[in-house]
Amino acid sequence: MTTKQQLDEIRSLTARIGRPVRLMEVCGTHTMSAFRSGLRSLLPPSVTLLSGPGCPVCVTSNAYLDRAIALARRPGTMVATFGDMIRVPGTETSLERARAEGAQVRVVYSALDALKMARENPRAEVIFLGVGFETTVPGTAWALREARERVPNFRVLCAHKTMPHAMAALLRGGELRIDGFICPGHVSVIIGSQAYEFICRDFGTPCVVTGFEGADMLAGIAMLLRQLAESRAEVEIQYTRTVRREGNARARDVMNEVFRESDETWRGLGLIPRSGLAIRSRFAEHDAAVRFNDVAVPVPVEPKGCACGDVLRGSKTPRECPLFRKTCTPDHPVGACMVSSEGTCAAYYRYE
Amino acid sequence: MRTTNDIILLSHGGGGTKTSELLKEVILPALENPVLARLDDAACLDLPSAELAFTTDSYVVKPLFFPGGDIGRLAVCGTVNDLAMQGAVPRYLSLGLILEEGLRVADLRRVVESVAHAAREAGVHVATGDTKVVERSSGGGMLINTSGIGIRRPGVDTHVSNARPGDAVIVSGPIGDHGVAVMSAREGLNFQARLESDVAPLAGMIGRLLEAVPGVRCLRDPTRGGVAAALNDVARSASVCVRIREAAIPMRDAVRGACSLLGFDPLEVANEGKAIVICAAADESAALAALRSDPLGREAVTIGRVSDGPPGRVLLETALGGERVVDVPTGENLPRIC
Repeated sequence: MTTKQQLDEIRSLTARIGRPVRLMEVCGTHTMSAFRSGLRSLLPPSVTLLSGPGCPVCVTSNAYLDRAIALARRPGTMVATFGDMIRVPGTETSLERARAEGAQVRVVYSALDALKMARENPRAEVIFLGVGFETTVPGTAWALREARERVPNFRVLCAHKTMPHAMAALLRGGELRIDGFICPGHVSVIIGSQAYEFICRDFGTPCVVTGFEGADMLAGIAMLLRQLAESRAEVEIQYTRTVRREGNARARDVMNEVFRESDETWRGLGLIPRSGLAIRSRFAEHDAAVRFNDVAVPVPVEPKGCACGDVLRGSKTPRECPLFRKTCTPDHPVGACMVSSEGTCAAYYRYE
Repeated sequence: MRTTNDIILLSHGGGGTKTSELLKEVILPALENPVLARLDDAACLDLPSAELAFTTDSYVVKPLFFPGGDIGRLAVCGTVNDLAMQGAVPRYLSLGLILEEGLRVADLRRVVESVAHAAREAGVHVATGDTKVVERSSGGGMLINTSGIGIRRPGVDTHVSNARPGDAVIVSGPIGDHGVAVMSAREGLNFQARLESDVAPLAGMIGRLLEAVPGVRCLRDPTRGGVAAALNDVARSASVCVRIREAAIPMRDAVRGACSLLGFDPLEVANEGKAIVICAAADESAALAALRSDPLGREAVTIGRVSDGPPGRVLLETALGGERVVDVPTGENLPRIC
């Protein structure tokens, strides 16, 4: 189907629905793609895209960052992190500034790179910042399994999160009126489309697992609109190239061996039951939070006026934040949503 | 104890016998030319009285050697290209080497030979230079500063503020090669497709272009900040809108793939052997033909137009048919989580 045909279909479906529709793209990669591909400029005005909490950097709490920075400053310690974490401002400083002041902070592309660092620096404590959703969790789990066997100086400071219960929490809040979810593609490769079925059942909200190209997103949006027009609420898969209903059972087995479900604090969303992963006690030796529970961290303070929380819930757009484009810019970010390449504020700043 | 000169020591920078040994054995043989050979405190240059272009740049790339190039080639090409973009014919370079103790002399030799090779390619002489040695830190082994002098072609004015509505926006070849090649070498990312930096001296190609089209309005090499930064410079200084089409922008599949994996916008990735050329619509086909007649410009293509739209803005018509702003990139490119 050409883009034009797809847009014609979207227009006729919105006419059939006959009211404004609010769809949430949960994942930061979708937010970025919607801007980069110019998709937002093509949709009819009655379709609103809300950006969800799916940017892993953005939903990481200040308390976690403060702890990571404190650990990085500890003598003999190296912190290994994904690149987009290093500029996020914590309560007092950022990993980037700590690095400039002499802390050992290294950028890695995966938990396995961090594991390699630990092997190459056996006298240092190497702490990997375990951040991200079900896409990065299997890598961390694998590294921890390896470390337990033979890399005693490798630790993980864990803030891994899982997506489906956070989506349910947004619906339970009610203030948002979400008519449908554009579900994340890569997360769903691991957890399968089955993971969202309870959302359709309990809340009557349609879900479509969608790919990341602009054309994928248009097709996913059309599928959601068709469900709404036909008063259905099901989990459908647009991203059939890679996602199956059952997901990747092997990756989930490794995850379950190392992690257990936990309640987790999300920046902006607060404590959400069953939305996090904690390192099982068998691996406690490699859990940086357990091993170094004595580092001093400042009392976390969220920056004044920053609307990251509301932006992450989808209840405000960045334009409604008093700091946006004024004191908060990509060069001088106040909130995390301005830092990450997937952050909603960064996307609005750069592409609108 | 080994006495051979296999690694750089602090004493190599002391100005004594070890310094002159290093010069005689490693640096001078590669760069041999009559001006440099005099080893005076300052080089005396014989230049026709004309308007000169003068520029300087420091090079801190890590790793020193990357697919398609190295810090030496980069230090020559970067400075030569800055001169070429002002419509100047590059003539002389200075070469300041800051070495870290512990650097392998074999690596230094490779870099200096690469400087010499690139200088020959660009038609410039290294007229003067300096070598210092610093204590080992995390500088990656070696830093280079080069300054360059070129002679401006009379009547040529390629300042970015010259762009006018209706002008064609041309890029001389596929974008993003350098940034992605260096990034993958730095991080040990093994992409299946081998990707090489495009680092090359563009003075020859620009010479052909300016002979065919002396009235070229603007020239810019999209290095740090990529095409996005270069076009924003044009849009802002000329107070015009630049509209480009995503579908027209040449890019290798490997660059596209790597950028999508790492979360980079290819428009923001550095190039070291490409030029952005803006010229009047009437000159467009002559400019394209001249660029394509040079091996470095074979894949030159028009990617958009200068227009009457909102001044200071760069707008991209996406492959999907939508439109978005292309903003000035900020900070370093940070690979994302997932």
